[in-house]
Amino acid sequence: MVAFAGWEMPVQYEGVGPEHRAVRSDFGVFDVSHMGELEVEGPRARELLQRLLSNDLDRIVPGRAQYTLLTNERGGIVDDLIAYELDPYRFLLVVNAANREADFVWLKEREVRGSDVRDISDEYALLAVQGPRAIDRLRLDAARPFTFAEGAIDGIECMVARTGYTGEPGVELLVPAEDAVALWDAVVASGAKPCGLGARDTLRLEVCYPLHGNDIGPDTDPISAELGWVCALGKEFTGVEAIRTVAAEGPERTLVAFVMEERAIPRQGMPILEGGEVTSGTHSPTLERGIGMGYVPAGIAATGHELTIDVRGRQRRARIVEKPIYKREERASGGNGG
Amino acid sequence: MAGTAADESYPEGLLYHPEHDWARVEEGEATLGITWYAQDSLGELVHYEPPDVGATLAKDEPYGELESVKAVSDLISPLSGEVLAVNDRVVEEPETVNADPYGQGWLVRIRLADPTEAEGLLDVQAYTHLLTEQ
Repeated sequence: MVAFAGWEMPVQYEGVGPEHRAVRSDFGVFDVSHMGELEVEGPRARELLQRLLSNDLDRIVPGRAQYTLLTNERGGIVDDLIAYELDPYRFLLVVNAANREADFVWLKEREVRGSDVRDISDEYALLAVQGPRAIDRLRLDAARPFTFAEGAIDGIECMVARTGYTGEPGVELLVPAEDAVALWDAVVASGAKPCGLGARDTLRLEVCYPLHGNDIGPDTDPISAELGWVCALGKEFTGVEAIRTVAAEGPERTLVAFVMEERAIPRQGMPILEGGEVTSGTHSPTLERGIGMGYVPAGIAATGHELTIDVRGRQRRARIVEKPIYKREERASGGNGG
Repeated sequence: MAGTAADESYPEGLLYHPEHDWARVEEGEATLGITWYAQDSLGELVHYEPPDVGATLAKDEPYGELESVKAVSDLISPLSGEVLAVNDRVVEEPETVNADPYGQGWLVRIRLADPTEAEGLLDVQAYTHLLTEQ
């Protein structure tokens, strides 16, 4: 167990490798109850969030969710989160555990009459059930990514969202805290392998989902992080002018993904000799080699460009690859496609 | 594919270092590796950074690294000497150490600089006693 943002959490159950492979080939369950849940309600809830979040809420309707950013005046990323439209006057924001308090304060300070922000994190638990067999084994119907609905698993009522952090099909289940243990047991009984924080990190890095605090933060802008696709630059929101400037002039640095060409495992903070540093790095259980992400000068941020990582004093070659590092289709072609 | 993990064991006849390394001393040479406890603590190993053949190892000093997905660990040499061979199989398949830490998962073979150093290492009883205090 490790301490993480005030929580005691398992890094692994059986082991990062077996857990990772279970999610890529079968399915697994993660207890991600440490994530924060904020509810924003009221006739002006949408207006408030449209001014504070980078993505355009008018692109979604009730029953749909959206990946979006909470930005500061400099265009930096206060947090990345998923916004769920519960009804036209009520939104659920699922935010990073480490930022829960900061996000709540940020929103609360900017609240307007007709919008109410509440931190409901302690009332709910969140389980992520991820992998190609997750939907079938939970006896759920197929649904499009980034949709959600009320549902039940083995008779336990919960919110079933088609979201996740692994690059695999699956769901995240939001359940009242008192039902969490029963839901966990039901999901494990359906065949899901219990997975810890370790596999969550290797899975998300293979598909290049940024981790707030590593790859993005208050001092990094969405354009440099290649998150321009979640910024509606045509609307007004906090920091939009700074972001428009970076978009117009082009970023100085870009967050790239790379794969090691030599045996070595890149880790956060290791210098990249061509400029910049590693923001996330690990051993990829799928590729069986070192992978990572990092900011490099925009001039060399091209697929195929060679990088040199300083691995505790040893220079090791890496190559910039297209994101995501791991693509599902490629693996399916080697098997039965199922 | 990942090897299966070995069952816990600490063979008789090996010499042990408190940093969870073992040495099999034979006629002025020694084979070095890490104990079952060390590989279990690290978890599934994914990278072995060996010393160069011909390098000089100093007793109680780091000579290489073993890395799991979650952590990197220095290898501490239980004895001083010159590296005669590196186990390339572990370079290629680090999980060999998890599967067979005292056999196919050996790490280096060295020519001892001072065979009397071995007298300062632990026997299996002393090492397993130390583990009970961890």
